[in-house]
Amino acid sequence: MAWWLAHSRWRGKFLLEALVALPLVLPPTVLGFYLLLALGPNGPIGKLMQALGGPSLAFTFSGLVIGSLVYSLPFVLQPLQNAFATVGKRPMEVATTLGASKWDAFFSVILPLCRQGFLSAIVLGFAHTLGEFGVVLMIGGNIPGQTQVVSIAIYEHVESLHYANAHGLSVILPGLSFLMLMALYAFNRKVKWIHGP
Amino acid sequence: MGLKIQICLQKSDFQLVVDTTLPTDEIVAICGPSGSGKTSVLRVLAGLEPTVSGNIIFQDHCWLSAQQFVPPHQRAVGLVFQEPGLFAHLNVSGNILYGRKRSKNSAQAIDLDHLLNLLGIRHLLTRQVNTLSGGERQRVAIARALAINPHLLLLDEPMSGLDAAKKHELIPYLKDLQHSLAIPIIYVSHDHHEIAQLADHLLLLENGQVKAQGSIQELATRLSLPLAHQPDAEVMVNAVVDGYDPVYQLLRLTIDDIKLWVPGRQRAIGEAVKVQILAKDVSICLDRPRQTSILNILETQIDSLMDEGNGQMLIKLCLPSSAILARITRQSSERLALKAGQKVYAQIKSVALL
Repeated sequence: MAWWLAHSRWRGKFLLEALVALPLVLPPTVLGFYLLLALGPNGPIGKLMQALGGPSLAFTFSGLVIGSLVYSLPFVLQPLQNAFATVGKRPMEVATTLGASKWDAFFSVILPLCRQGFLSAIVLGFAHTLGEFGVVLMIGGNIPGQTQVVSIAIYEHVESLHYANAHGLSVILPGLSFLMLMALYAFNRKVKWIHGP
Repeated sequence: MGLKIQICLQKSDFQLVVDTTLPTDEIVAICGPSGSGKTSVLRVLAGLEPTVSGNIIFQDHCWLSAQQFVPPHQRAVGLVFQEPGLFAHLNVSGNILYGRKRSKNSAQAIDLDHLLNLLGIRHLLTRQVNTLSGGERQRVAIARALAINPHLLLLDEPMSGLDAAKKHELIPYLKDLQHSLAIPIIYVSHDHHEIAQLADHLLLLENGQVKAQGSIQELATRLSLPLAHQPDAEVMVNAVVDGYDPVYQLLRLTIDDIKLWVPGRQRAIGEAVKVQILAKDVSICLDRPRQTSILNILETQIDSLMDEGNGQMLIKLCLPSSAILARITRQSSERLALKAGQKVYAQIKSVALL
């Protein structure tokens, strides 16, 4: 999708770009509200799921994942789109004339060349999914054991003045986040070291 | 056999319409002003323009028809772009081996060792591509395209980043490649001199259309085409080695039944060679000159004349199966009252053996 956005010359491209960027400007609660309506038993996606014999997605873990996906999409898409646009079409063309199929070329040439873009996409996507609140609360409904996420759990503990519990959970987030980000950046450094500056 | 091209490519501000058959047993050059569609033809042949319509049949393989579009990675076409487009995440050997690992055409494998030596890039193999100079990048790109054992080699101004010495080395290599491995080569260039040295067949484009096509000798002497009007206009003539004079170190060549003396080393009698004759090195006399330092004086006939507009006349002179050009002043031409069909003597000041 990012590749297409970066290289398409379709005139209506701006429409899709605006649509994808929408979660950036909307308050998470608004987004969550609409997603809840859409995923609910009477919403279009909910109806579709029912017609296909699937479960309702509202207030479930799957629904939560879909909500997070939509919400974090622009944060993942934009660095990728920028990276693809910077690299341009030429490496892909060269790779295909050298006998690589499109997918082969994508994984063997575009992916390594856009490493930085992918890294920022992962970091931003991760950060947003971990830290989000509104969307999750709206769709997930905070059902312990099913759709309760750490950030909301902390909020609840603080509301009910269980500061000790809030501390216990809060420590996990920065620690876990730091470890993951550290691993990512260390990996990037190592790759750089192998391939030179 | 050959390469049959019948294509129409519509771009927002440009249309390319080509309907021709190119030989695949000769080096073909595509030539024309910027924006005439030279690069687009190569891109279409490589399969990089999926919106093209028409037919492309390369030898027995159909690459494009109303029903079929063979994607670039299944065409085994080596394409060297004007800017090298090396992969920055791989080193030099990684770049060269990228396509070779994916090559399915191992029947006519190119000798990689020889290729590396010839292009002078063996010592660069472990280098990162962003540490290479422009000429080095270009040579790596050429090696990378050849390493896939291509069925067809497309070169888009590949020598623009090379110095004269490297060009001089690469031209015979490309010719040899075409002969020994029978890899057809299509070559895009602005450089008339390069084309004259390398190509046998020429496709002249203008505004996305074919303006002329034919053997390089024929097109180089066609006065209506821009090729003949280059300041350093030259003609290549096929000749055969006929003898050698060791005392004066002169090689005797024959062009049909005409004899030419050229300074140079001894060569095998019967060897086919190409000689280069510049239009500015040819002068015209009405009578056979007697007391002259010039070795090569041919009895010939004027085919046609053209006023170049800057006080110069370009004159096409017939040889039995080819032609040469002479550039003289308009003043001389009028003084001698030269006209088409007239018998004259051409004095050739210098003949270069290629």
